[in-house]
Amino acid sequence: MKTLPILAGLVISTSLAGAASAQTDLSLWYHGAGSANAEEALVNELVEEFNASQSDYVISIETFPQLAYNDAVGAAALAGELPDILDVDGPVMPNWAWAGYMQPLGIDESLLEGFLPGPIGSWNGEIYSVGLWDAAKAMTTRKSTLEKYGIRIPTLDTPWTGDEFNAALQTIAASGDFDYPLDLGMAWKGEWYPYAFSPLLQSFGGDIVDRTTYQTAEGVLNGDEAIAFGEWWQGLFEKGYAPGTSQDAADRETGLIEGKYAISWNGNWAAPAVVEAFGEDAIFLPAPDFGNRPVIGAASWQFGVSATSENPDGARAFIEFAMQDRWFTAFSDGTGLIPPTRSAAADTKFYAEGAPLEAFYGLSEGQALVRPVTPGYIVQAKVFEKALADIADGADVADTLDAAVDEINEDIENNRGYGHN
Amino acid sequence: MATVTSDNRGLRLWTRYAVLILVAVIFVFPLLFMVMSSFKPSTQLLLDSKSLRAFLPVGDLSLQNYTDAFIRAPIGVFVFNSVLVTGVTVVLCLFVCSLAAFAFVFIDWSGKAVIFSVLLATLIIPYETIFIPLLLMASQLPWIGADGFELGWLNTYRVQIVPFIADALSIFLFVQFFKDLPKELIEACRVEGASWWTIYRKVVMPLSGPVIATAAILKFLFMYNQFLWPLMVVQEESIRPVMVGLGYFTDQLNVPWGEVMAYLTIITVPVLAFYLALQRVFIASVASTGVK
Repeated sequence: MKTLPILAGLVISTSLAGAASAQTDLSLWYHGAGSANAEEALVNELVEEFNASQSDYVISIETFPQLAYNDAVGAAALAGELPDILDVDGPVMPNWAWAGYMQPLGIDESLLEGFLPGPIGSWNGEIYSVGLWDAAKAMTTRKSTLEKYGIRIPTLDTPWTGDEFNAALQTIAASGDFDYPLDLGMAWKGEWYPYAFSPLLQSFGGDIVDRTTYQTAEGVLNGDEAIAFGEWWQGLFEKGYAPGTSQDAADRETGLIEGKYAISWNGNWAAPAVVEAFGEDAIFLPAPDFGNRPVIGAASWQFGVSATSENPDGARAFIEFAMQDRWFTAFSDGTGLIPPTRSAAADTKFYAEGAPLEAFYGLSEGQALVRPVTPGYIVQAKVFEKALADIADGADVADTLDAAVDEINEDIENNRGYGHN
Repeated sequence: MATVTSDNRGLRLWTRYAVLILVAVIFVFPLLFMVMSSFKPSTQLLLDSKSLRAFLPVGDLSLQNYTDAFIRAPIGVFVFNSVLVTGVTVVLCLFVCSLAAFAFVFIDWSGKAVIFSVLLATLIIPYETIFIPLLLMASQLPWIGADGFELGWLNTYRVQIVPFIADALSIFLFVQFFKDLPKELIEACRVEGASWWTIYRKVVMPLSGPVIATAAILKFLFMYNQFLWPLMVVQEESIRPVMVGLGYFTDQLNVPWGEVMAYLTIITVPVLAFYLALQRVFIASVASTGVK
């Protein structure tokens, strides 16, 4: 008599095991291990909901510290151990696509209608990755400061001209009320330099590389416009308008709030602290227009499908699942980052109409330009960073930019043009 | 004359101590900075770094950085992994390398000199230069475990241990030490009929305390500080070592320096404990062999 229940149990457990094994396992690598904000928890929540929403796929997450993430992906690609779904920084994506780490996304592109340009990762005419958020920068200051010195408050439609901006810095510097009129964030290194400062170069009419072909930096990084930018850049430090490369990291974090700086060139992630400190006196202003047009940087972390994934349909299903306003809103509310669509922004606590950071959405919409979309960007970014730091430290502008152009062109040549169509 | 000599001796003693204290301070200051900073908020830490306050327990002191560090990263897991990987590697390295050195010094076999020269030559090859081919090998190595036969060693403890068991420096240290042992002792054992294994186990190794300590400390430090290799071969958080864990405390722009200092202080404890345990024999080894 005991045999029957045992057999029944075996049959049931075998059936359950069979049902479980019908689900396909997918892996997702995420870069934010140890991140102090809510992003990691939200990614986990997103995956849990996706797993619960259907019975075909089960995604497991492996988190990496951001410092080591790109190297870990490179090593895994070499060993043939890439996951199905990759988390990738927007400007790095073309390099991974070119290197064969990623495959075109192939998702329903109607899902991307109304997206800001930054969260869409395209290269060579194909979309490879999509992000759930974007980041933007602004000239952050106090309304009362500008009013005190009789400086016009610019708008998205009528930003400061280069001359206006320079005059404002001169006026504030002459007052002696601040250690420096402008904080550019020189204490931050690495990707901050191309992300924050190449838009200023682009506003002068230059760029890191010629975007028409991506085969040379000649004429754009060392042309007349770039040299004008370089001289202006160097002047900021020579005239004492901004702290240079030896800026104290603590001052970068708190200098504006402590009254050491009048204006800070900073991202939306730093804005909540400014709002908390200054309330309605805090204002977030568009980038100045130095002649070409006002520009800010764009693009953040995005999801893509690895080239070696045996289940790209499942990976795509997950990414499409994530492309919902409710997730954009949840990430924005949790992390303070900018949602990729206006409809999602309308429901967020930071970017809805009348919300404290609303201005940033308009900035992303109106001024954003993604960093050069080329596999060579990861080298070009480092060359650009060094050139700008050297110029800030007093190096000859034309010679430094010429050297940077030579280095970038040599890298492009060594990599046979990086496979641009 | 006696008084003058005594004064000179006293002056020399004071000078010697003054120099030693100065050198000790130079070596201790970075550690002091790390420990003191681990109790300060990041902003205060950076401000204090411009003055001697950086080395003093002053200002807003608390254990908050330690609390936050434990929330940010599974520090216990990382420390356990590092201690496990390092401990196993050190023990296996001491055994394998001392055996190899024993064969080089005490046993006659053809080609010994050539092979030893080739082995020494590998000392000039940085590990970083062989990591890529090593990674490709590790990703294809076979293994028979609980799940049966499988290919690939990635994401395991063994891939963090096995490639580092044998190394030329440890073998060299043992060879140099074994050469100074009295040959007559070994010959007497052989005459008495002792096997090589018995001589190794009961005669040579019991006399090799100083070199064992030196090799163990050097290997321990090398393994405990591993970053690039585990970064390449380990993707699962549950088997990550402490140095990769340091990455949890940085992102693209912001570094919570107070938490970094707290983390560094915590992960320094096993190193200090290991050194203090072997300090006496290590110093004896340095004094007797001049090897550092």
